Amino acid sequence: MNIYALVKRTFDTEEKISVQNGQIAEDGAEFIINPYDEYAVEEAIRVRDEHGGEVTVLTIGSEEAEKQLRTALAMGADKAVLINTEDDLDELDEFGASTIIAEYLKDKDADLIIAGNVAIDGGSGQVGPRVAELLDINYVTTITELKIDGDKATVVRDVEGDSETIEAQMPLLVTAQQGLNDPRYPSLPGIMKAKKKPLEELELDDIDLDEDDVEVKVERVDVFLPPEKQAGRVLEGDLQDQVKELVQLLRNEAKVI
Amino acid sequence: MAETKGKVLVKGGAFLIEDIDADQVFTPEDFTEEHKMIAKTTEEYVKNEVLPVIDKLENHEFENSVRLLKSAGELGLLGADIPEAYDGFGLDKISSALITEKMSVAGGFSITHGAHVGIGTLPIVLFGNEEQKQKYLPPSVTAEKIFAYALTEPGSGSDALGARTTAKLNEAGTHYILNGEKQWITNSGFADVFVVYAKIDSEHFTAFIVEKDYPGVSVGAEEKKMGIKSSSTRTLILEDAEVPVENLLGEKGRGHVIAFNILNIGRYKLGVGGVGGSKRALELAIKYTNERQQFKRSIASFNLTKEKIATLASELYATESLIYRTVGYFDDRMGQMSEEEQKDGRKIAEAIAEYAIECSINKVVGSETLDHVVDEAVQLHGGYGYMQEYEVERAYRDSRINRIFEGTNEINRLLVPGTFLKKAMKGELPLLQKAQSLQEELLMMMPEEPGDEALAQEKILVKNAKKIGLLAAGMAAQRFGTKLEDEQEVLVNIANIANDIFAMESALLRSEKAVRRDGEEKSRQKVLYTEVFCQEAMQRIEQEAKEVLIASVEGDNQRMMLSALRKLTRYTPKNLIPLKREAADKLNEALKYTV
Repeated sequence: MNIYALVKRTFDTEEKISVQNGQIAEDGAEFIINPYDEYAVEEAIRVRDEHGGEVTVLTIGSEEAEKQLRTALAMGADKAVLINTEDDLDELDEFGASTIIAEYLKDKDADLIIAGNVAIDGGSGQVGPRVAELLDINYVTTITELKIDGDKATVVRDVEGDSETIEAQMPLLVTAQQGLNDPRYPSLPGIMKAKKKPLEELELDDIDLDEDDVEVKVERVDVFLPPEKQAGRVLEGDLQDQVKELVQLLRNEAKVI
Repeated sequence: MAETKGKVLVKGGAFLIEDIDADQVFTPEDFTEEHKMIAKTTEEYVKNEVLPVIDKLENHEFENSVRLLKSAGELGLLGADIPEAYDGFGLDKISSALITEKMSVAGGFSITHGAHVGIGTLPIVLFGNEEQKQKYLPPSVTAEKIFAYALTEPGSGSDALGARTTAKLNEAGTHYILNGEKQWITNSGFADVFVVYAKIDSEHFTAFIVEKDYPGVSVGAEEKKMGIKSSSTRTLILEDAEVPVENLLGEKGRGHVIAFNILNIGRYKLGVGGVGGSKRALELAIKYTNERQQFKRSIASFNLTKEKIATLASELYATESLIYRTVGYFDDRMGQMSEEEQKDGRKIAEAIAEYAIECSINKVVGSETLDHVVDEAVQLHGGYGYMQEYEVERAYRDSRINRIFEGTNEINRLLVPGTFLKKAMKGELPLLQKAQSLQEELLMMMPEEPGDEALAQEKILVKNAKKIGLLAAGMAAQRFGTKLEDEQEVLVNIANIANDIFAMESALLRSEKAVRRDGEEKSRQKVLYTEVFCQEAMQRIEQEAKEVLIASVEGDNQRMMLSALRKLTRYTPKNLIPLKREAADKLNEALKYTV
């Protein structure tokens, strides 16, 4: 089976975010594979181990993203592809990312593409479904279980806490939700082997795309941090008065009623 | 994995008399991607596999230890130091050190792991013959067999060669019959294989590989310890234990060679563990003080808290720097060996033994930094730090043993000047020549004014600290000659000076290297730590040296030497208070140790 896992390099979940000059400061930050994409890589490896075939991990980004690809290779993926847009593009949105990925994948005869349900930075959850649309294949999002039998897949999908079972025809794209699996951490032998596994680096040119083809359609208006949590306030006085004051505050200050 | 080509091999102990360029030392900023991945895998393993069952381990439910060792084996965390030919991974020593560092967060289980991969298995890796390696190393990598190390006896601790356990060849010449008791043996509750020292015919100190199932081998009851309760500690009892002759390890009567080499390794690894434990305890302290509110503000925001946190972080920075510098030396040396030599365990042991002084310093400084950090971490938790619900309470108890095992810190301190002098006598280090030329130099020495660039003052401090070290050691050697061995107080003064010199210089070189690579602004925290540590170390060195000079020199000569010491310790001190506050602000922002 020809399996692709789509991954994105994102901030470590433990990083503190700070904004400088309207940009998220990346200086000194630790980066990881987007946790949802980690489920995708893990699932891809499991499917391969059960049904045979090959797992390719694919990412778009700068050379820095090689580290995340190496990590996926160390987990057990067979090959990696980095589409390096560092020199060509300043900005990339969901439209651009999915265009690039679909363009790369269109002649690869992928049987199964697994992406994360959402990236923890942008949080749009669009890239997976858009790629499937562009490739004109089936897709199921936010899956928590995947079984494959021949060219049929049985997928359990998380629907706001409930689950829905879907049968789908391959080729198929699925996006991984938390609970799909428990991603392994790379073993030492895996880490040693990863050094020798193929990692192909491409630029837009190599997949016959121009900068114009992926020009951003989304304009970022502002970047700001959530307001800092204010200290709580303890009301005093008669219970009656306290209730009145509380209602006042909820209505006039917090404006929630 | 570390780049070693084109590096100048540094002699063990040379730091006291020679200078080295920052590019020649390994620093944690030089970790490769593979190093970082290995570190991360170990971290995740400890977080996800060990810590969830730590209460069971502390409760001596050791079936968990065995299971955990096996799962560590599946991840490859037991095979770093074992050659590929025996199913290991033959990694560099930095990789192996990183596993040890990250494993230390697991408390007593890290002792279980360390005893298995380190002192338990390494004697066979380094000194075993081909058959022994084939038989014992593959099952060590998977933890199919668990290893332990049995040197200490009720009557012989620091005096390891005074062991009373005996071995006698049986009449058939097929087995050695061992009799004796080995005390405080880590992993003994579940170990399958023990490396045991015994004297053949009560005379020839020799190592043996002893399996649990051999007739006459048993273990005593589980010890009740102050800390590291997650590790199993029992007595190994040998009553006419029958050990096949082919299980003699190394050579008859040469057990001390194995024992001393394994001690060197045990010592540097213990230093590495101290770094990992210190990072964890400091993180606990920083997180707690940021959460804990008193007087309507976090206690982390008080200047006295900042002072403590910054002092600890500076010490940790220096310790981390000196330890990875030392491990880098091992890799430099092994990297320049031929393939043939790399397969020869004795050569590897020699490469490490070259740095016996540094190994002892790693042990002493690593364990004492850890003890300082856990002590202040409990203090910063206030009453909560005394309660068992808080991890820091366990960290405090777990720390204490580190100053005792693998040679007490006292023994290790005595070893440092002793080894220096031995190297000088053998002509390996030009200690005496340097000491003599220093005396002439001191007569006409003028204080040096530091420039404006970052770390200018610290460079002078390190330079002068080395001169003070030489002066003190030289004067003591001159006064006491071969009787210096009895002057343990003076020897410890000299060891303390050597510890601080190595630590100061390692912090300085690491920061210099970082400034060269990333610039001053991005290396600010490293520079702050270095400034704080060097100045505080210099004050300690001055005091220690003064004691040596007073004990070693008399009359006019003493006045002259003390005046030379004053010249060497004359500098314009920095006000460390704002520097520490600044460093602490960054630590509070990161909520953990950060550089």
